[in-house]
Amino acid sequence: MDIKQRIEKANEEATRRLISGEPVLVDIVPAREVIPGMRDKMITHAGPPIEWSRMCGAMQGAIIGMVLFEGWAKTPDEARKLLDKGEIRLEPNHHHQTVGPMAGTISPSLPLWVVENKAFGNRANCRQVEGAQQFGDYSDGALQGLRMWRDVWAPTLRKALHTIGGLDLKPIITKALQMGDELHNRHTASSSLFANQMAVAIAQTEYTNKDAVIGTLKYITNHELLFLGLAMAAGKAIADPARDIEYSTIVTAMCRNGVEFGIRVSGLGDEWFTAPAPVVDGLYMPGYSAEDAGLDMGDSAITETVGWGGFVIGGAPGILSLVGGTPEEALNYSREMKKITVGAHPIYRMPILGFAGAPIGIDIRLVVQSNVAPIIDTAIAHKDPGYPKIGAGLVRAPLECFKKALIAFSKKYSA
Amino acid sequence: MESKINELLQGPIIVINLGLQKFAESLEAQKVEVVQVDWVPPAGGDKEMLDLLERLL
Repeated sequence: MDIKQRIEKANEEATRRLISGEPVLVDIVPAREVIPGMRDKMITHAGPPIEWSRMCGAMQGAIIGMVLFEGWAKTPDEARKLLDKGEIRLEPNHHHQTVGPMAGTISPSLPLWVVENKAFGNRANCRQVEGAQQFGDYSDGALQGLRMWRDVWAPTLRKALHTIGGLDLKPIITKALQMGDELHNRHTASSSLFANQMAVAIAQTEYTNKDAVIGTLKYITNHELLFLGLAMAAGKAIADPARDIEYSTIVTAMCRNGVEFGIRVSGLGDEWFTAPAPVVDGLYMPGYSAEDAGLDMGDSAITETVGWGGFVIGGAPGILSLVGGTPEEALNYSREMKKITVGAHPIYRMPILGFAGAPIGIDIRLVVQSNVAPIIDTAIAHKDPGYPKIGAGLVRAPLECFKKALIAFSKKYSA
Repeated sequence: MESKINELLQGPIIVINLGLQKFAESLEAQKVEVVQVDWVPPAGGDKEMLDLLERLL
């Protein structure tokens, strides 16, 4: 078998694994109980590895927020001093079977969605999605959202989840894609479908605190991005079994830390191939403009890695009012992504494109050959610490990551 | 051959333009119907990448 045949065979296996994923929400647990290697005075973050001093403003703000949330410091200045002295350990989520939205910061007491890929038995975690702290806002109002999640919403949902013995996410994802979601920035349908299921589960569960139940029901029925954390955990759980297949050129992770964009490739182990994080072309909340924007950030591109988000944006025209562009452009993005992927998902489909399957299995060779970079629709954080979400838009993964990976692949498999 | 081309250019023509959009825009400005085909050289013409792809794809 020559090298091209070996690659084809390996990519076929990687794509089979990506397509076979069976994500099920199995628990909602504080990070210290579920993240391998999580310990006191440790925070995990989005993107490839980066040290405190090089982090962008939004990620520094988010980390300061987590230090305050954990009570390791009483003021933002105290938090910054601890971080400047290197007293808080900072590691990427992806090194711990975990992902997080935007800055993606996770500390030991923050509860996480835990998703098991039943087809392979592996698990992945993601924190809940909100619109303030994960963007770098460390105000008390922003942290109050995290406290409510930790103390009320997550424990209430966990109890209900245990009542029903877990929740299969595949039917929700399948239906949501046919209801106008793309599962990165538009989760109107998926969040609603999830809330329906959990409301029934809550009704089946015995609680002593009625206020907590009502508060949790309000939370899950009024949060349009609720399902993003679940989609990300599902994406990571689906992508991980496709890692470490010798000779495979399929991408198994794409993520950004606000300074660098990084990808991992199945046949290249744990190595990150990075390039400067790109500027997001987007629309802004009132009072903000492109001058305020930080660079591309977050682990949420795990959704595109498994064929959602920008890859199926043709089926989600509603999202364009948030990220910009026309329905025709959105359809073309989804068609274009077929040029750089080796498969189409048999279950996750887009009705608007004749029920075409979601393009899945990004091949670094096809990206480099076609000069077509993966399209990602994403939110925008401020360049400085201390702000909530300021906008959303579209961005392309840097081609440089794929070229670096191709060079490394050629070196590794030159024998 | 030349007469065939002359013959072709005497009637209304539709141009298929590959790649550089500016050529299409220039023709459109002259009210010539153009079908634009987005095309870029493989690997953007990057010789190192083309050599790798020759072996791997």
